[in-house]
Amino acid sequence: MTEKTTVYYVPTQSYWPIMGAIGLLCMAVGAGTTVQQMNSEATSGTWILTLGIGIIIAMLFGWFSDVIKESQSGMYSAQMDRSFRQGMSWFIFSEVMFFVAFFGALFYVRNISIYWLGGGSNNAMTGQVLWPEFEAIWPLITTPAGDTTEAMGWKGLPLINTVILLTSSVTLHFAHLGLEQNKRKQLTVLLAITVLLGASFIFLQAEEYIEAYRHMGLTLSSGVYGNTFFILTGFHGMHVTIGTIMLFVMLIRIMKGHFTPDNHFAFQASSWYWHFVDVVWLGLFFFVYIL
Amino acid sequence: MTDATANNDQTLAADDHHGHQPPKGLMRWVLTTNHKDIGTLYLCFSFLMFLIGGAMAMVIRAELYQPGLQIVEPNFFNQMTTVHGLIMVFGAVMPAFTGLANWLIPMMIGAPDMALPRMNNWSFWILPMAFTILLSSLFMEGGGPNFGWTFYAPLSTTYSPDSTALFVFAIHIMGISSILGAINVVVTIINMRAPGMTYMKMPLFVWTWLITAFLLIAVMPVLAATVTMVLTDKYFGTSFFEAAGGGDPVLFQHIFWFFGHPEVYIMILPSFGIISAIVPTFSRKKLFGYSSMVYATSSIALLSFVVWAHHMFTTGMPVAAELFFMYCTMLISIPTGVKVFNWVATMWRGSLTFETPMLFSIAFIVLFTIGGFSGLMLAITPADFQYHDTYFVVAHFHYVLVTGAIFSIMAAAYYWLPKWTGHMYDERLGKIHFWCSLISVNVLFFPMHFLGLAGMPRRIPDYALQFADFNQLVSIGGFAFGLSQLIFLVVLVKCVRGGEKAPAKPWEGAEGLEWEMPSPAPYHSHTTPPEIK
Repeated sequence: MTEKTTVYYVPTQSYWPIMGAIGLLCMAVGAGTTVQQMNSEATSGTWILTLGIGIIIAMLFGWFSDVIKESQSGMYSAQMDRSFRQGMSWFIFSEVMFFVAFFGALFYVRNISIYWLGGGSNNAMTGQVLWPEFEAIWPLITTPAGDTTEAMGWKGLPLINTVILLTSSVTLHFAHLGLEQNKRKQLTVLLAITVLLGASFIFLQAEEYIEAYRHMGLTLSSGVYGNTFFILTGFHGMHVTIGTIMLFVMLIRIMKGHFTPDNHFAFQASSWYWHFVDVVWLGLFFFVYIL
Repeated sequence: MTDATANNDQTLAADDHHGHQPPKGLMRWVLTTNHKDIGTLYLCFSFLMFLIGGAMAMVIRAELYQPGLQIVEPNFFNQMTTVHGLIMVFGAVMPAFTGLANWLIPMMIGAPDMALPRMNNWSFWILPMAFTILLSSLFMEGGGPNFGWTFYAPLSTTYSPDSTALFVFAIHIMGISSILGAINVVVTIINMRAPGMTYMKMPLFVWTWLITAFLLIAVMPVLAATVTMVLTDKYFGTSFFEAAGGGDPVLFQHIFWFFGHPEVYIMILPSFGIISAIVPTFSRKKLFGYSSMVYATSSIALLSFVVWAHHMFTTGMPVAAELFFMYCTMLISIPTGVKVFNWVATMWRGSLTFETPMLFSIAFIVLFTIGGFSGLMLAITPADFQYHDTYFVVAHFHYVLVTGAIFSIMAAAYYWLPKWTGHMYDERLGKIHFWCSLISVNVLFFPMHFLGLAGMPRRIPDYALQFADFNQLVSIGGFAFGLSQLIFLVVLVKCVRGGEKAPAKPWEGAEGLEWEMPSPAPYHSHTTPPEIK
């Protein structure tokens, strides 16, 4: 069944990529239009966006099931497996750079723009003339314009979430070991626990957001502290959600009997992705919450 | 076991069926996974965008033909400069290089195809979608993007048209396309080389593309983050680029140029690879200093991450930072000088002939160097205070991008057309195209240096009377350069439709695996890896 070929498999034509391109077109037009229609009654943007997301989900489903079928019937060589692995690694590198940009913005704001607005460096007069009342402190709970908010502490939910995410990385690692040593039970149970931990992280993050919006007056638009807080944790949360879905799909595939100790690229890729998301969280916890 | 064999047989049968004959009709292009088909798609798309972006440049030059406002409204003028820039950068130059990479890299390294053929198709077809959105935003209420291709905040946030949301998402999917394409190139080069094709035996075009793809994967996500912050600042009340909320418009410039400067090299490094292929061929000598070329390219790429703030010397930085960025920028001229030296040394005492690809390459070396020197002038911080945002800058980057990147793409097209089409192009027409382009491009861009030094600002639809003569000259050069490119269109159409049969190796001095294949290259490249000496 899983006899390996040495020929590099070049698929003939495929419908999935063009479907993906059309899906992205709908998503981009839909998202753009939705944003433009935010202050009006019109909803056409949301419909196009939903259509786009639907097309993309169908595309991913079809595309991956083609790949799974090809892999299961032994059409892939070891070289093909390396292509997949390298492709995923470079993709994660691009994700790292996406977060680097937002962390860069955070560092710039904390160390340069707020310092300068408070009259630091050679900007004493700027401070005097523009906002003489402004105090350069972080977290920035009073903006130069005078809007106030509350800072999110690191104890409580964030700390619990850190523990949850770190634990999930450990359980996932041992699930992977289980797969490599062909201990399917260990694999299934630990992977299921990982998925549950991921889901509870998302749940608690949502709780934290509700708390921030309802009781603390900390919103996306409350000055640059709120901006960086929600952009960074928000994009991270989005990645956790994607990672959890990936791991959940892996769980279903494992229960169907997919993967062998030496052929489990999809599991490996999801697991790399999960560890990446975990590392980003550590950076967040340190720079956004604690410091 | 039997299943697998059956399946393999099926694949082989399918290969036999489709293998040597591409499928027919429109769906061949829509569904293809073939690197040559996708390369052709990229190249055609890029040429179409080149003509559209060029038409916008014609509008700009027509308006600037004389002082005063004659043809377009200032707001429309701004949309033209913006979309001209966006289209030429993301629609013309980058896809042209990706098209060349698709066509050539598998052939050059002895691979059957790109590493991830379906994803390859996806990365191409996202592009027409993105540009459809971008171009259609020009016809919307309030107009299209009008804040310059660099979309500085607050022009792109507080003062931008309502269509900015669509601009942002168009950039997003364009970025997805570039990242997926770059991942494919990197993986192909690292994983798909024929046995014996060690890194230091790879043609320089492959090397430069490997480094380019690395830069793309590193900085396109940063661009995505930038446009995301523009989106939230404009529509969701954040203040990343707004001092009243604790942000800073200068932050925009830092993040943008952290993407933007490597982006500039993304648009020139593959050119270096092309020139390094063509110059040795027509000098009938080996490339001088192969390994120094590899190291120079790598150093340029690494340095590109620490020079971004030379684009913003006048926008507010401590003196120490200005000095740092000035010296780092000047440092880049060393590896670049190594390259120019090596090309010249390759030609030294070679048996040179001057077919069209070689003419374009020599023009590249001379004119790109002029662009490099004006870049060096701009790198000097105190001098830049004078040149910043003048036509001197416009002259500088058009020398680098038009007589640099575009000329190298033209050279590449002439050089590999016989391999792609199986026909020789019309050499006489090619030479006419070259000379017309060469003369007009200098009439177009050279006087811009003087305009800039005299203080004419860029991106303004009107100007003071003393700039009138030079502007008229520049516009005439512009129209002539635009028309000259139609000659290229004729050459392409003629070459695709027929012409003298091309042998497997039409250039006697050429080296590389692609010349060992028949012309036109068979639909599938090396199905079994070739032997590398």
